[in-house]
Amino acid sequence: MSITEMPQNWEPKILVFACNWCTYAGADLAGLSRLQYPPNIRILRVPCSGRVNPQFVIRAFQRGIDGVLVAGCHPGDCHYVSGNYFTRRRYLLMQRLLQYVGIDPERFQARWISGSEGPKFQQVVTQITEEIRAMGPNRKLRDAQ
Amino acid sequence: MKRVGVFICHCGTNISAAVDCEKVAENAKSFPGVAYSTDYKYMCAEPGQELIKKAIKEQKLDRIVVASCSPRMHEPTFRRCIESGGLNAYLLEMANIREHCSWVHPDDKERATIKATDLVKMAVAKVMQNEALVRSTIPITKRALVIGGGIAGIQAALDIANTGHIVDVVEKEPSIGGRMAQVDKTFPTLDCSACILTPKMVDVANHPNVNLITYSEIEKVEGYVGNFDVTIRKKARSVDLKACTGCGTCIQKCPTKVPSEFEMEMMDRKAIYTPFPQAIPNKPVIDRENCRYFKSGKCGVCQKVCPTNAVDFTQEDELVTERYGAIVVATGFDLFDESVYGEYGYGKYKDVITGLHFERLLNASGPTMGKIKRPSDGKIPQNVVFIKCVGSRDEAKGKAYCSKTCCMYTAKHATLVREKIKDSNAYVFYMDVRTPGKGYDEFYTRTTDQYGAKYIRGRVSKIYEKGDKLIVWGEDTLLGRPVEIEADMVVLATAMVAKADAAKLAQMVGFSYDQNHFYTEAHPKLAPVETHTAGVFLAGACQGPKDIPESVAQASAAAVKVCGLLSKEEMPTEPIISAVNEAICSGCGMCVPVCPYTAIDLKVIQERIHGKTVSRKVANVNSGLCQGCGACTVACRSAALNLKHFTNEQILAEVDALCL
Repeated sequence: MSITEMPQNWEPKILVFACNWCTYAGADLAGLSRLQYPPNIRILRVPCSGRVNPQFVIRAFQRGIDGVLVAGCHPGDCHYVSGNYFTRRRYLLMQRLLQYVGIDPERFQARWISGSEGPKFQQVVTQITEEIRAMGPNRKLRDAQ
Repeated sequence: MKRVGVFICHCGTNISAAVDCEKVAENAKSFPGVAYSTDYKYMCAEPGQELIKKAIKEQKLDRIVVASCSPRMHEPTFRRCIESGGLNAYLLEMANIREHCSWVHPDDKERATIKATDLVKMAVAKVMQNEALVRSTIPITKRALVIGGGIAGIQAALDIANTGHIVDVVEKEPSIGGRMAQVDKTFPTLDCSACILTPKMVDVANHPNVNLITYSEIEKVEGYVGNFDVTIRKKARSVDLKACTGCGTCIQKCPTKVPSEFEMEMMDRKAIYTPFPQAIPNKPVIDRENCRYFKSGKCGVCQKVCPTNAVDFTQEDELVTERYGAIVVATGFDLFDESVYGEYGYGKYKDVITGLHFERLLNASGPTMGKIKRPSDGKIPQNVVFIKCVGSRDEAKGKAYCSKTCCMYTAKHATLVREKIKDSNAYVFYMDVRTPGKGYDEFYTRTTDQYGAKYIRGRVSKIYEKGDKLIVWGEDTLLGRPVEIEADMVVLATAMVAKADAAKLAQMVGFSYDQNHFYTEAHPKLAPVETHTAGVFLAGACQGPKDIPESVAQASAAAVKVCGLLSKEEMPTEPIISAVNEAICSGCGMCVPVCPYTAIDLKVIQERIHGKTVSRKVANVNSGLCQGCGACTVACRSAALNLKHFTNEQILAEVDALCL
């Protein structure tokens, strides 16, 4: 399938790496508060956003995921003191790497969502889902295989 | 063959209203490794748990996926459940299909069911890679260390000692007592500070469970909760504490005079000295930098006059290492450097002083025997001007935070000026008056209404000398007009700041500090005395500006935490920590600086290669310190470090399961 071809009823699939202490709790709070958002995201729980190896992100794009979000505690609030600072630096580097291999760097995002920010979680994933939807399916690395 | 059991919970109708649970259970049967899959109305309830336990036995399941609510809610429940069913607790994965699915997608059952299926698929892929993990235990050393012998340290030590545990108190200065010993009276009761502090100092010194280690500093801290190995530098006191009787003859005869730090340099002390008369231990120390014997080799008077031969010039710093189960950090505060405010002329004009100088002027054993006198000429001042928020609430020159205690101690000073000096005037320049605290606002009201202190809202722009007076220029912002006061003395309410070496100690012990170098509590509301480092607790103003009652309360709270820890023989450790594959570790050390808990170091291992013994370095994770964040696993260039329960293989399996 070529990139230009849009399959019928296509829905983007987005992988969210959520840190256990802030964003995962924020997503739980969104659920408790019954805040609705599009059912396109799949949350993968990690202890800290700093645990997310760039390899995981590359693998997801390689396997055809349409978007990846890494979300953790706000800078300065990391449960593990400094993990999200590594995430912040990696995020900028990763976007450049993705651009280099020809994937729209906007498909990869990082956000800071605390355990008390259910509404922010809802707003972020809704916005990202719509942005990825506008970009269309990611077939780049899959087609190359 | 791995045999996974999948259990889909309806949560009443919480999940089943938006997700077709039967269908998810049916779909799960086709996932690799799944041997059994079912759904039930309430998985967490007794019959649900029995269902899981029965299935483990009958279907010979060796790992379990429960798709229900958030693992933050019921992971411990289901871990216990499969454990009693005969499986290791860590062979469980949960798929969160309630908070992350049914509750947020109530109107699209078809897509919510697809999402739930995906989440279960990811959990199955992960659980296939799960390994049985064992919680280990570490022994706890039943001895506590308190760093800092001020009121917070004293209180914490007493509380811990009273429960029967041994406590060592390490104090940098020659005597315990800290800042509170320098204070004359305390607000809002105007109790004499020494009268309430010194009995506590005596109590702590005489307590059978407390060892005071004064004139000593922390040199090195290693280890982790339950087992901190702390090296303490006992500075050479030059006086044998055992032989010395504290008679004070040496102090009388010493010919060298040095400005006393305790008296804020408004009075002299000798080169061999005790900081203040009620010092504990009440035995002198030689200040080697100023002592004639140490400077020129001549003198030695103190040694000659000592009746017990206690003076020992040959003493050297001594390093001792002791093991502690818990540490309370109570290192206190410093005062802001007021010379930053050139317009106030601090340092230039002798009669511009700080609040702590003023405390010493008020004190009966201070330089003026408790009479308020000007440092310049010893005259009694008639007009005293107080300036608040010097260094605090000023982002441009000082600190952004409110120093909290200054409003109250300035009110106290103004009251005492009016009480002690007949026909005097006390002017207070303020930005705001903040008096939260029991009896505090009443005290402030008394200061203005009963004692007639004149409060002026506004800042002072300049102070200059005219004859023997200080002219204070300011603005009354309430009346909108300039103010000029002919003052005899100006007292600056300087901000409390973190100790100059606060960051150094935090790095040594391994906990965090904020941008102002105050120590960071584990949670601002729910864990105010804990640090992020297990076994290290905070008390007093090292954590932020605090008055005496707050410091005491926090010290007692920290003591309870310490006692809770020391009451156990051993403590379980979380097995979700990093592990090193020594075979592929190259010993590059990239992981070492990344670890926020200093849990990784390099160790040397011996290997037999081609018949020869070769030694090489590899990373080594301290299981007591590692908190399982996984930062090191990403820093590792050869994937030799892996985080248990969240291994690279597990996460990649989840990613693959979702995408393919």
